[in-house]
Amino acid sequence: MERVDCIVVGGGLAGLAAAYGLAAEGLEVMVLERGNYAGAKNVTGGRLYMDPIRALYPELWEEAPFERAVARESITMMGDGAHTTVEVASDRFAGAQPQSYTVLRARFDQWFADKAAEKGAMIVPNMKVDELLREGGGDGRPGRVIGIRAGGDEIGADVTIVAEGVLGMLASAAGLRAEPAARDSALGFKEVIELPAGVIEDRWRLNEGEGAAHLFMGTVTRGMLGGGFVYTNKESISVGVVVGMAAMLQQAEPVESYKLLDEFKELPQIAPLVKGGTVAEYSAHAIAEGGIARVPKLFGDGYLLAGDAAGLSLNALVTVRGMDFAIASGYHAARAVATAKKAGDTSVAGLARYERALRESFVLKDLETSRAIPRIVENPRLFMHYPRAVSKLAESVFTIGAQPSPRLAKTVWKGARRDFLSLATLKDLWSLRKM
Amino acid sequence: MNIDAKLGLDVFKLDKEPQIVVKNEICSTVCVNRACLYVCPADLFELDDQQRIVVNWEGCLECGTCMICCEKDALEWRYPRGEFGVQYRMS
Repeated sequence: MERVDCIVVGGGLAGLAAAYGLAAEGLEVMVLERGNYAGAKNVTGGRLYMDPIRALYPELWEEAPFERAVARESITMMGDGAHTTVEVASDRFAGAQPQSYTVLRARFDQWFADKAAEKGAMIVPNMKVDELLREGGGDGRPGRVIGIRAGGDEIGADVTIVAEGVLGMLASAAGLRAEPAARDSALGFKEVIELPAGVIEDRWRLNEGEGAAHLFMGTVTRGMLGGGFVYTNKESISVGVVVGMAAMLQQAEPVESYKLLDEFKELPQIAPLVKGGTVAEYSAHAIAEGGIARVPKLFGDGYLLAGDAAGLSLNALVTVRGMDFAIASGYHAARAVATAKKAGDTSVAGLARYERALRESFVLKDLETSRAIPRIVENPRLFMHYPRAVSKLAESVFTIGAQPSPRLAKTVWKGARRDFLSLATLKDLWSLRKM
Repeated sequence: MNIDAKLGLDVFKLDKEPQIVVKNEICSTVCVNRACLYVCPADLFELDDQQRIVVNWEGCLECGTCMICCEKDALEWRYPRGEFGVQYRMS
């Protein structure tokens, strides 16, 4: 059996961050990627938050193929025929050190794979791993992971870093994590629509190279957990929908998921933004939304879990994260494996430093802080009642009718009493304190 | 643009073997929800004239939503072999 120091299953951000770090340490590392190239199977909303990861591999980010630095954040609450948008712009969002960039994964991941290869990592595309090889398991114990089987080949390794993505097929088959459940998963799908850079900057009122991120809540998902999104890339925009799987299953009159995106694009406030664009790609991906309660044990004898495969993602409604967690977990996986190798101990005890490092980093700290969010956002009133009520109230404030108008304060009070002063709202507010 | 036209924009390399197999003996006996018919973002599942579920797996985006949402374990779902399946150029 061929042997290397470390096998990385999956050439996404977690796997590539691990491979880059391990190769830099002089370890023999092999990344097995089932797509034609790194990024071929990957989808993002989305954008990458930089501040959490800037100090990890600082030499990389200067030349990374980002799309646009996000200068403006918007969130729209959508009611019936009325919507209200909160727009936040800050000099610090896209200043000298932008806090986040939009990215497209096929380009970004291929660049990252090239960087890892330059350090000496072996990147093997078109290679699907079929099984994690184990020895000494049984009686409910997973045993030691000693390598992988891919097609007819078996490859051994001191440590296998499982960065296979959100579905966790290999890890769950080996008993290292649970299979994803509908309650803890969302479906994200999007179109990439090509538009000239100048048109994007005009339509979104952006300076050259700057970008916008815009989330939508409410009627876009027909009140189901989730929302719509628009991110501006260099010469395209990503327009998509995220919807909770359990929420889809609970619909009284189910709608085909793909129709939500068509409806979204046809809305009067979206149609002018996508007008004249050329749809270039349609993609979909599952998203882990269970939070820290669903993060499995991250290490064991001969293996580590990283990135989406470890459930490291966080939807906090106004901020949606995963790629920064993936890169940081890959970084810490590389450090842990390098140290364990030097100490000659890649057993459970030797690899435990990986989970300790993640606990001390923003990855598990932020997930821990947000422990309550996945259950809070199961509340359908967040996606149905409030976006509608906010839009109704805002609309009434800006409306002049044929009849004499009441005092503004009275209009606001009337709307507030109708939609916000209830036991249910107090209860919701009370639950939101944990966000 | 309809869903088939959208899928037509994507690059697929087709494996010989289907990556999704529907166990209709389960679907027709114990499944009432039939979630696969509406959760798939590529709209790949449909009923044939005998009300059996058929899946046009060739357009699979490999998101796994049908597998996660199938409450009766009636789908045999796997990734295509290495190099096959959808190959995103942007996403």
